[in-house]
Amino acid sequence: MELTLWTYEGPPHVGALRIAASMQGVHYVLHAPQGDTYADLLFTMIERRDRRPPVTYTTFQARDLGGDTAELVKRTISEAVERFQPEALLVGESCTAELIQDQPGALAAGMDLGGIPMVSLDLPAYSKKENWGAAETFYQLVRQLLKDQLPAPGTPAPSPTRWREEGRRPRVNLLGPSLLGFRCRDDVREVSRLLGAEGIDVSVVAPLEARPGELLRIPTADANVCLYPEVAGPVCSWLERRFGQPVVRTVPIGVGATRAFLAELRQVLGMDEPVDTGEQAGTQPLQGGHELRSRLPWYSRSVDSTYLTGKRVFIFADATHAIAAARVASQELGFQVVGLGSYSRELAREVRAAARELGLEALITDDYLQVERAMAEAMPELVLGTQMERHSAKRLGIPCAVISAPLHVQDVPARHAPQMGWEGANELFDSWVHPLMMGLEEHLIGMFRHDFEFVEGHRSHLGGSPPGGSAPVGSQPAEVADSPQEEPAAPGSTTGPSWDPSGEAELAKIPFFVRGKVRRNTETYAREHGLARIDSEALYAAKAHFSA
Amino acid sequence: MVSNAAAELRMGGSTSVASATASEVRQEAREESREAALPLRKESGQREVFCGLTSIVWLHRRMPDAFFLVVGSRTCAHLIQSAAGVMIFAEPRFGTAILGERDLAGLADANEELDRLVADLLARRPEIRTLFLVGSCPSEVIKLDLAKAAERLNTRLAGQVRVLNYSGSGIETTFTQGEDQALLAMVPLMPGAPRESADAPASELLIVGTLADAVEDRLVSLFGRMGIERVRSLPPRSSRDLPAVGPGTRLLLAQPFLSATARALMARGARLIAAPYPLGVEGSAAWMRAAAEAFAIPQAQSAAVLEPLIERGRRAVEPHRRILEGKRLFLLPDSQLELSLARFLQRECGMELVEVGTPYLDRALLAEEMALLPPGTQLNEGQHVDNQLDRVRAARPDLVVCGLGLANPLEAEGIATKWSIELVFSPIHGCDQAGDLAELFSRPLRRRNLLRFS
Repeated sequence: MELTLWTYEGPPHVGALRIAASMQGVHYVLHAPQGDTYADLLFTMIERRDRRPPVTYTTFQARDLGGDTAELVKRTISEAVERFQPEALLVGESCTAELIQDQPGALAAGMDLGGIPMVSLDLPAYSKKENWGAAETFYQLVRQLLKDQLPAPGTPAPSPTRWREEGRRPRVNLLGPSLLGFRCRDDVREVSRLLGAEGIDVSVVAPLEARPGELLRIPTADANVCLYPEVAGPVCSWLERRFGQPVVRTVPIGVGATRAFLAELRQVLGMDEPVDTGEQAGTQPLQGGHELRSRLPWYSRSVDSTYLTGKRVFIFADATHAIAAARVASQELGFQVVGLGSYSRELAREVRAAARELGLEALITDDYLQVERAMAEAMPELVLGTQMERHSAKRLGIPCAVISAPLHVQDVPARHAPQMGWEGANELFDSWVHPLMMGLEEHLIGMFRHDFEFVEGHRSHLGGSPPGGSAPVGSQPAEVADSPQEEPAAPGSTTGPSWDPSGEAELAKIPFFVRGKVRRNTETYAREHGLARIDSEALYAAKAHFSA
Repeated sequence: MVSNAAAELRMGGSTSVASATASEVRQEAREESREAALPLRKESGQREVFCGLTSIVWLHRRMPDAFFLVVGSRTCAHLIQSAAGVMIFAEPRFGTAILGERDLAGLADANEELDRLVADLLARRPEIRTLFLVGSCPSEVIKLDLAKAAERLNTRLAGQVRVLNYSGSGIETTFTQGEDQALLAMVPLMPGAPRESADAPASELLIVGTLADAVEDRLVSLFGRMGIERVRSLPPRSSRDLPAVGPGTRLLLAQPFLSATARALMARGARLIAAPYPLGVEGSAAWMRAAAEAFAIPQAQSAAVLEPLIERGRRAVEPHRRILEGKRLFLLPDSQLELSLARFLQRECGMELVEVGTPYLDRALLAEEMALLPPGTQLNEGQHVDNQLDRVRAARPDLVVCGLGLANPLEAEGIATKWSIELVFSPIHGCDQAGDLAELFSRPLRRRNLLRFS
């Protein structure tokens, strides 16, 4: 058993649901107890969909367990097929059904379903999770639908430049966008626009809004764009192996990544580099009419953003968004990344590599408490995370922006809000900078600490009360201070150095958002220098020591 | 689970005719004659309802010193955070012990695992006073004995934390039945009232079922004005402040979904006051009047308190009645509040009932409500959601009360909805809330008339 206060991912059948609900003409029969229909709300409420997700649950109850639950499964399957007439059927079980082992997939295989393609899903609920379930479902579905088109072994791969011979524009598939993914709706729109401007057509977008029949056209594209590796990684690799389709793997989140993405696309498709007009993105302020460029570079270079330099940021998300955010934060906004991690074990290697480049050790975990501890340890000034990090950030009184699923209803906005492409970068700038204290306010609070309205930690542009109002000034949350994960004290000493009143008073003068870090540095300094008491002098000595 | 509850309750209500109040005898008679008048369809098929784990979403606020630890799968964890995760918690009040493959294979000892987890949890939240181990579908299918685990932990943590166990699994419980099971788990810990004979006179009123704080305060003060001085609530606001129960206790159920809790309290000598539920002016007044009767309060004394309330409540409902009158209402099963709501909306707001669905019908606890529904009202117990939606579409009602999994899809089909879960999270009980309750149903209709996009 593991104690879970918040889970980063749902069970794998929720991943399968995401594929079914994202598509059209697919129905999913799920063997599950009464109550598991809560998952419908993820789509009708969080994604605000105007239709029920295409799933029929068996919703067995205790009284059914004494009877024939297999019969219930068969009845549910035939009713669902008759009522919804799907073009493809998924059959699977939830965690409880996995325990009673009715084998719904095998049961469906033995039924006459009128010849519709059926995919029996085997999703181990006690060892795998949501994204894995989504990736596996998408892969199995595509495999099932394309099995008649498989080229014979040894067939040479199609030339990625055949579009030239055929006298048409190159076309690619966008694979991976799905409901309950982060901002997929607008990312697809943004990337499609970006490609259109490059002279590249989008062939199939899947699973989002695709029909099974459309998946049959996947092999006709010149390349696959793997927009969301968590969902489309396995299927892209399989298509590359079996159909010889090259995969574009750069994820275009951030200005630099978007440019790298376009470069990779051109290279894969054998396109010429565009003539460089000297108008590289963001090298000069925007004048009207350049809608294909991002405003982020200029906003970030403008003097108003100078105070963002070196702001300490802690990043935790799915692998794709964490890696992208680290690059944007460090290179495009000038933040200092002080923590980087992900709950996506399947892509841990990539996250570790990105962390190494920043001189960090990646945190790969799905344990919310471990993330919270790492966050407290790093004492960042900004947290970029998931809906779950908002809880810890609230507890620690740190500004926070959400960059990845798990998300809640506020992250499925009505406005166009992509993360990808030029417009995505604009969105990143606004939403990451917004939670921080504005520059002037930061200066004045540092200067004058006796104000009756603009007090410690108050961010007046956000309204409401100061963050971390529950924690006494200058203290860390008790749990953090007492946690065994605290940095070990110097060998031989059982307790750390203690603060005397003059030290405490000096610490209270440090602006609240860096105070945690200063406290920690000063204690480290005191231990290294054998000081038992920390007075104001020690604090200034530490300050000089660490800025040297 | 509670199929024989009705029979037992009826027996409990009339063990001796001498002790049966006039209203109980009336109830018996009414029940027999009414049941035939209300056609009841029993349906089975896909049920679009929550499991009892969802009760944690409001119980954790009612008793902030309690922690709810679900023993289940990632699905259970995902359910609760999907429901409650839009709120940001600096301090978690619930969590899930997620079973892994080692637990299923029996490689890990469930009791040792639980001990380790509970120790971690209490280290983080030392101020927790009561820990609920909540059973789920997976824990019940593999037959984890959480009751025994709770007992063992109680011995270990004696004095610090009290450990209780209840089932919130979907295979056993629907939505609000989770609260019934949680309260049931608390009953054995309620102190006994002083030794009294089985036919002791009424000495204390016990209101059972979660009420909003302000509603609870208001009702207690009104009962005080009537002359009922000793009023307690279950659940209490603090998990360790449990009311006493015994033969002098009179139970007044604030919620209709408390079948098991009511039986357990009666087994401890308490006696049930038969009444409709305190929704709307009429229901609330009858509910309070029944309590006054049980405490032998002179008619004039209770009327003096009630009359101004009734008058004011009716005035508050009036503007909403104007919107709701003549509109056709269809209620899908969710919380067992449906019969009481239908009664209020039909009798006080003038709505016409197309179908009243409920996940479970406890005839004994709802007898007074059934007596007030118009003959011919179509009741539906259980659900086959697709067939029920076919009936909704065929009837084209003016308002459908349904869960959030169906609300937006029905709205997109042009059918006005009122999401039902809100009724469990809103102060709706008592004469003073009747206007607010009516407003919950008139609001979606008003909104439809307000919005213009051309």
